[in-house]
Amino acid sequence: MRERTTIFQGTDWVMVILYIVLVTIGWLNIYAAVYDESSPGITNITQEYGKQMIFILVALGIAVAIMIVEPNFYPAFSMFIYAFMLLALVAVYFLGTEIKGSRSWFRFGDFGLQPAEFAKFATALALAKFLSALNIRMTDMTTRLWSAFIFALPLGIILLQNETGTALVYLGFILVMYREGLSGNLLLLAFFVSLLAVLSLLYDPLSLLYACVVILLACYLVIRKTKKNLLKVSASLLVCGAIVFGVPFAFSKLHDYQQKRINVWLGKDRSSESKKDEYYNVHQSLVAIGSGGFTGKGYLEGTQTKYNYVPEQSTDFIFCTVGEEWGYIGTVILLSLYLALILRIIFVAERQRSTFSRIYGYCVASILFIHLTINIGMTIGFMPVIGIPLPFLSYGGSSMLSFTILLFIFIKLDSHRLEIFR
Amino acid sequence: MSINNPYSDRRFVIAIIVIAVIVIYAVRLFYIQIINEEYKMTATNQAFRYMPDYPTRGNVFDRNGKRLVYNQSAFDLMVTPGQVKGIDTLAFCKVLNMDIVTFREKMKKAIYHGKRRPSIFEKELSVEQSSSIQEKLYMFPGFYFQQRTLRKYPMSVAAHLLGYVGEVPKEICDTSSYYIMGDDIGISGIEKSYEKELRGIRGTRIIMVDNLGREKGRYMNGALDTAAVAGKDMYTTLDLDMQIYAEELLKNKIGSIVAIEPSTGEILVFASSPTYDPNLLVGSVRSENFGKLGKDSLKPLYNRALSAPYPPGSTFKMLGALIGQQEKVITPASRYPCSFSVGSKSIHCHPHPSPADLSMSIQYSCNPYYCRLFINIVNKYSPTEKGYLNWKKHANSFGFGTKLGTDLAHELRGNIPSVEYYDRYHGKGRWKASSVYSLGIGQGEVGITPLQMANYCSIIANRGFYYTPHIAKKIEGGEVAAKYKEKKYTTVDPEHFAVVVDAMYLVVESGTGRGGKLPGIAYCGKTGTAQNPHGDDHSIYIAFAPKDNPKIALAVYIENGGFGAEWGVPITSLMVEKYLTGKISRPDVEKQMKEGVVLPKKVK
Repeated sequence: MRERTTIFQGTDWVMVILYIVLVTIGWLNIYAAVYDESSPGITNITQEYGKQMIFILVALGIAVAIMIVEPNFYPAFSMFIYAFMLLALVAVYFLGTEIKGSRSWFRFGDFGLQPAEFAKFATALALAKFLSALNIRMTDMTTRLWSAFIFALPLGIILLQNETGTALVYLGFILVMYREGLSGNLLLLAFFVSLLAVLSLLYDPLSLLYACVVILLACYLVIRKTKKNLLKVSASLLVCGAIVFGVPFAFSKLHDYQQKRINVWLGKDRSSESKKDEYYNVHQSLVAIGSGGFTGKGYLEGTQTKYNYVPEQSTDFIFCTVGEEWGYIGTVILLSLYLALILRIIFVAERQRSTFSRIYGYCVASILFIHLTINIGMTIGFMPVIGIPLPFLSYGGSSMLSFTILLFIFIKLDSHRLEIFR
Repeated sequence: MSINNPYSDRRFVIAIIVIAVIVIYAVRLFYIQIINEEYKMTATNQAFRYMPDYPTRGNVFDRNGKRLVYNQSAFDLMVTPGQVKGIDTLAFCKVLNMDIVTFREKMKKAIYHGKRRPSIFEKELSVEQSSSIQEKLYMFPGFYFQQRTLRKYPMSVAAHLLGYVGEVPKEICDTSSYYIMGDDIGISGIEKSYEKELRGIRGTRIIMVDNLGREKGRYMNGALDTAAVAGKDMYTTLDLDMQIYAEELLKNKIGSIVAIEPSTGEILVFASSPTYDPNLLVGSVRSENFGKLGKDSLKPLYNRALSAPYPPGSTFKMLGALIGQQEKVITPASRYPCSFSVGSKSIHCHPHPSPADLSMSIQYSCNPYYCRLFINIVNKYSPTEKGYLNWKKHANSFGFGTKLGTDLAHELRGNIPSVEYYDRYHGKGRWKASSVYSLGIGQGEVGITPLQMANYCSIIANRGFYYTPHIAKKIEGGEVAAKYKEKKYTTVDPEHFAVVVDAMYLVVESGTGRGGKLPGIAYCGKTGTAQNPHGDDHSIYIAFAPKDNPKIALAVYIENGGFGAEWGVPITSLMVEKYLTGKISRPDVEKQMKEGVVLPKKVK
């Protein structure tokens, strides 16, 4: 065990530098997205880039604070933080201000706080705490159920708030469970179920069912023909049937705009009557990114960005600004930075002696990964339009703060990894 | 370490999942950003607006530099509905002198056209109107002025020759690499045949627009903008004073006057009646007036000088005389008796010394002479088809039944019947020269336009050749096509023309044209009467003056004018006198011609 000489000793500077680079890129692109030639001042607080500057400074302050506080604080108080966030999630449902059809914000004057954003790291802490306890094994059914419950609860509450996107992020914790022992087959099962669900929205259910029968029959023919296997195959068939008929039914129960977004994503709906239309959004996003070419149009020279063709271009669609102004070079570099960060987190998580720290690290990586996949996927047409921010880049105080907290707790925990023997 | 890491290998699975997603995204981005061109195009189409910079059209002058057509500025009031916010509608209506209902209708139309696109709100305001409105435009965002030019015709003559300009139709825009919707294009006359020279080149300003259609400035500060290039001015061969005079003489008559300068082929006069004021077909009033003119039963829009085929009547006889000599069927001394019949039909003639020789046959316009002559020409070769084709070949070389290749739009070929035509009509091998003898006296299925007739007169004046009639004397910065300087020879040798010229001189001196005799001017002419199955016969007269070194060759047609002598002759004599001397010595004749009214008895 080494003596600590400075608060920053042992800090993994790779993660810190990647964080700073991403935040800077984010600020530059928000500036470009909001840029108005008539009032170009950097420190204009009424503009989003001015506000983002404040959020960044506050976030940096909190990052420093996290580095100062005792690392044991986090495992110790994880459950309390988790409970507090759950309360906040419920409270906002009653006390929050309604924006765009959902009550998910506490507003303080010009600024707002979104509990759903902060609940992410709280859930990560809780899950890490739970799974790092002695005698907890993923092979036990109770363990699995409780783990799922830990993130399913906030997921459910957030779904009730109509923030489907944010709720989806919590499904990323399944990856964490996988790392901690959840059967890989479950992951594969989850993949095939999702695939079938999507196909059931594209094709006629009966034909799909016939296809499933054929495939399952073929599987049965090649494996050992035991009674157990027959049961498994039959059960699978039942599940297929449930999905193939159930998903379209559930789909029809969705809100109109949600149905439209999925239809647009699947390519079934190309009509666009107004600028607020789902198809228009995706189309404009593709146009902006696509028109960037190889080297992009240049900083502050993106026509689609400058002239507001892409909606939400400083928040959910911030990636479009990158694509248009920095071209393929820019998007690939950005993707690489995110990849580097996530892989670094995984690497750092693996070198942890503390189970808590490792699990928490994987939570951070999973959350970032899911955000990335959905947000960028949406801008390039690979995902339906689901409104979630791009970590460190999208404009927003709650997301900037919560991602900073999420990451820096891990950086702090990691910096103490040689001191912990737990 | 092992307590912590029973599943540590799974880090690879997770890492691979992350890498896989990122790589798939990178590939997709490669497709979107590099391979696919469509997005780049859409971006350009949305964010850029190409504003046309309209060029001024070339002016048109007569041969002496007098203005025939020039341009007048007009301003269209444009509106982009999406930008019209918070304006005081009442005040606006007051400024425009418009009522609220009309205002609302116009806005509705503009919105229908596209909220983010500019459309015309009020067309063609004058300089005065627009400048008084311009001062107040700052109060009404979304409205702006776009400058246009309109054609102006100071003398209101030569409507058919000059033609008119209209909006380019969609079909042309679709296939043209230059024209876009909103451009002007010449639709008839000189405006059409010299469209390319007169129109200039449209310029472009590239403006950046945002998603609401608001203009955000010029792309690259105008570096890629192109300036409009003004159209070229054109000097025509027309003689404005003579054209005005011709149109006065044609007033209240249906017909045409075409005058050519034989030594150059330059068209001096090109008048068709009834005519109209070309200013009626300018700008916003055009469609309405066009409709009215189109419905007029006398067809004022019809350019008879260029496109109306008439049987030439007796004026065709010179052709027969010339071909006959060339083919050695006759000599100037040949005589035929003044009687002719085929089957039950016999051809009549005016009383005159008989039998006539070649000169007399022209001077007294002997019909039977030319019927016989025609048959003899055709029968020179056997079978009939061969002989006929030989005659046709001569006729074609005089510019009959074929396009002359002028620079006027919509030139008519006229008609000299083909062998196939007669084969169909009579049956192959079942017709002879005597079946079609009427061609010899210019009756039947033959159609000659006044332009072709004037050119024919030119040929005789030149004794055997012509220059392709043309209207362009000089185009700014360019040369008139070389083909107009080319002598075009007919198939008849020059020596055969002398007797014809002398005979035509005698027509004026003492023949059917003597009513047009002018003191001190020796000139040549030939009357013609074109048979009209629908009413009174048409009066034709061709003439060139003076007899030697002719300066002008004319063809004058008066529909339903009866004998050539009645109207054709006096009008032609006035034209000749005016052109050669600048004065009129018989004001009473002039008055009578100007005031004369010749209308068809049966109006179709």
